[in-house]
Amino acid sequence: MSLFRRSPQKAVISTATRRTAKDLRVGEAGTICCLEDPEMALKLLEMGCVPGVQVRLSGRAPLGDPLMLVLGDQEYTLSVRASEAATILLKE
Amino acid sequence: MAVTASSSATTAPQTGPEADARPLRIALIGNPNSGKTSLFNQLTGLNQKVGNFPGVTVDRKTGVAQLTPTQRAEIIDLPGTYSLYPKSLDEKVITDLLYDKAADNYPDFVVVTVDANNLRRSLLLFTQLGDLGLPAVLALNMMDVAERHGVNIDLPALERELGVPIIPMNARKGIGVAALKIVMAQRLDAPPVRFWQPDEQLLPLVRQLRYYFNLHNDYLALHYAQQYRQISFLSAEEKAHIQELTQQAGFDATAAQAAETISRYARINEILLETVTVVRTEKREPISNRIDKVLTHRVGGYLIFLAILFLLFQAIFAWAQYPMDWIDQGISGLSAVIQANFSGPLVRLLTEGVLAGLGGVLVFIPQIALLFGFLAILEETGYMARVTFLMDKLMRPFGLSGKSVVPLISGLACAVPAIMGARTIESWKDRMITIFVTPLMSCSARIPVYTVLVALVVPDQAAWGIFNLRGVALMSLYLLGLFSALGSAWALKKLLKARERSYFIMEFPVYQWPRWKNVALTIYQKVKAFVLQAGRVIMAISVLLWVLASYGPGQQQATAETQARQEAATKGWDAAETSRQVASARLETSYAGKFGHVLEPAIRPLGYDWKIGIALLTSFAAREVFVGTISTIYSVGQDADMGTLQQKLSAEKDANGQPFFTPARAFSLLVFYVFAMQCMSTLAVTYRETKSWRWPLAQLVYMTGLAYAAAFLVYQVLA
Repeated sequence: MSLFRRSPQKAVISTATRRTAKDLRVGEAGTICCLEDPEMALKLLEMGCVPGVQVRLSGRAPLGDPLMLVLGDQEYTLSVRASEAATILLKE
Repeated sequence: MAVTASSSATTAPQTGPEADARPLRIALIGNPNSGKTSLFNQLTGLNQKVGNFPGVTVDRKTGVAQLTPTQRAEIIDLPGTYSLYPKSLDEKVITDLLYDKAADNYPDFVVVTVDANNLRRSLLLFTQLGDLGLPAVLALNMMDVAERHGVNIDLPALERELGVPIIPMNARKGIGVAALKIVMAQRLDAPPVRFWQPDEQLLPLVRQLRYYFNLHNDYLALHYAQQYRQISFLSAEEKAHIQELTQQAGFDATAAQAAETISRYARINEILLETVTVVRTEKREPISNRIDKVLTHRVGGYLIFLAILFLLFQAIFAWAQYPMDWIDQGISGLSAVIQANFSGPLVRLLTEGVLAGLGGVLVFIPQIALLFGFLAILEETGYMARVTFLMDKLMRPFGLSGKSVVPLISGLACAVPAIMGARTIESWKDRMITIFVTPLMSCSARIPVYTVLVALVVPDQAAWGIFNLRGVALMSLYLLGLFSALGSAWALKKLLKARERSYFIMEFPVYQWPRWKNVALTIYQKVKAFVLQAGRVIMAISVLLWVLASYGPGQQQATAETQARQEAATKGWDAAETSRQVASARLETSYAGKFGHVLEPAIRPLGYDWKIGIALLTSFAAREVFVGTISTIYSVGQDADMGTLQQKLSAEKDANGQPFFTPARAFSLLVFYVFAMQCMSTLAVTYRETKSWRWPLAQLVYMTGLAYAAAFLVYQVLA
């Protein structure tokens, strides 16, 4: 399964180059590369967060968390907690 | 728009004697916000069975649809879901229904509602249903919006690819419903198309399960391997057997599920490439997103939410007052007419027992209708999801999640459906905390108590220019309930230990105008449930109480009356005072009076007398009984022209001839009702939802203890 990258902390890639949906600035978009947390991935996949799909951070809740993510060109909006968005890895 | 059943669904008109044996059974299934509820309402109208009370589940809404003049079908409305792998309790109902072909409720076929704007995600569920081999019709909803957004769907091609009839429709406006009914009236065959097959490596396990349980296809067998722990119709031995098999095969459920979902999406993308073209006519940000900029603004968002809540309370208190007054006066007018023209014990039973109780029920219809109407509008427009979003971070320190907000707000209407609503919360700990504290939110059954007592001691005047002082008092009571719920949640978070994680992923529905038909239907159903379910209890208790308050053991009442008359003669009271003293003496020596006196020592520190004691006792069946009870108690033996309840209460005097309901007593009673657990239905539903008596018992002890302590404090400070 290339979908999951297990134990990210021990992964070779340094955290500096790892970008997740949580790191997006408001209005910025990225493409989903893979999902880190197997259990969370099941839920995210069902909701349409499939590798290859574009995500755009359209806003944050007033207190900075949760986030509003717009998916693909389908223009539907998901609300996820920052901790959950951090499991969505983006392509470089 | 007329797309009829294509050749892919072999259709044979349902005639013949065996078809008439029972009506067709059809399940409605689809993603949340795909217009499923609208379609259900369009199909069934007022022929729905929805229960909010124990014994009847909210999860399985059923209704009857008249498909053709001669054919009816039973429609089951299933909770919205994204896939056949349930993530929350709510969604488990679906798998329980669809996996067991032998079940009584197993549907003949399913109608899958699909949002034409979200085809890719919606088809995930559809392909899973197709692979289970369920005959299906695809209701392609929100076609108008899709067309406006430049989504162009080649329907005949899509029908060919999916192998089922597709009905384009707009469920909100009812467009396409007639065509759908025609297709639904046919007997459908299982779809010929398969979208996905379990992996080669999985086949040995899948086949073992398939033959062991005699299942009709591989995909269903795979679901047994995935979900056997949660399937309610499997026995413990069967579960143990599946567990053994999956362990032997080294089955990784999570990886298998993820792989399945990804390859389904790949297949769906192929299908959509052939059948759907999107020409985005405008690059403008969708209206919904622009509304979100305002409604979820860092400051404005909360202010708007507060303003909406405030409007709600003003509406419940100020606007509802007019229709309530009409009903109140109508009932007391009727009662006066009857008493003026007839007499005898039966007439007294009718006016003092039945009518007084009935008035106590009917008078709250305007408030209940307004409250449920407001909540339905918030839900319908999609605003409720934004509230969840706004509140998540705020709720988390209390051990709650943003998803707890909807049960808590629904708790303002009734804790019973609200506690059931907590099923959407995936995390066990979050869910238990939400269930435990929801009854502290002031439900609509408390409105009668609040209304009567606030009106009694708070003057009807403006505060700070725009607000009504009574509205402010009412809002304070609601806030007291809210803060106690949050505080209790926080305490419980410290007590409960669970290392389970909580999720918050959810979709934002697009903003839309409320469908007034749905709002009206909700109001109608809730009011009907209140009048019939709660009303029956209130009526029965009112009549029983009248009997207990009118009759006493042996000759005690007669003796008391004689004593009162003698005292009146010696002290030279006038006729009115005499009859009041006599009535009071008779009530005190009645059965109800005896009960009240037994209770009095316990509640005297709170400022209550034995009459309130009787009301508290009957309130333990349901809070709203309080008003009916005091209405009955205070009208027994009173003058016929003693009209509304408020007049009756104001006329009540204490031993020194001062008004009995002082602010201290009224507020103590109000605070008691804010906290006390006085609802059998809530305890029953908590038991059902937590599957343990520990939780309802803890609620009962905790809330009633809190109520006693708080009421004691209030009375001692104010008196």
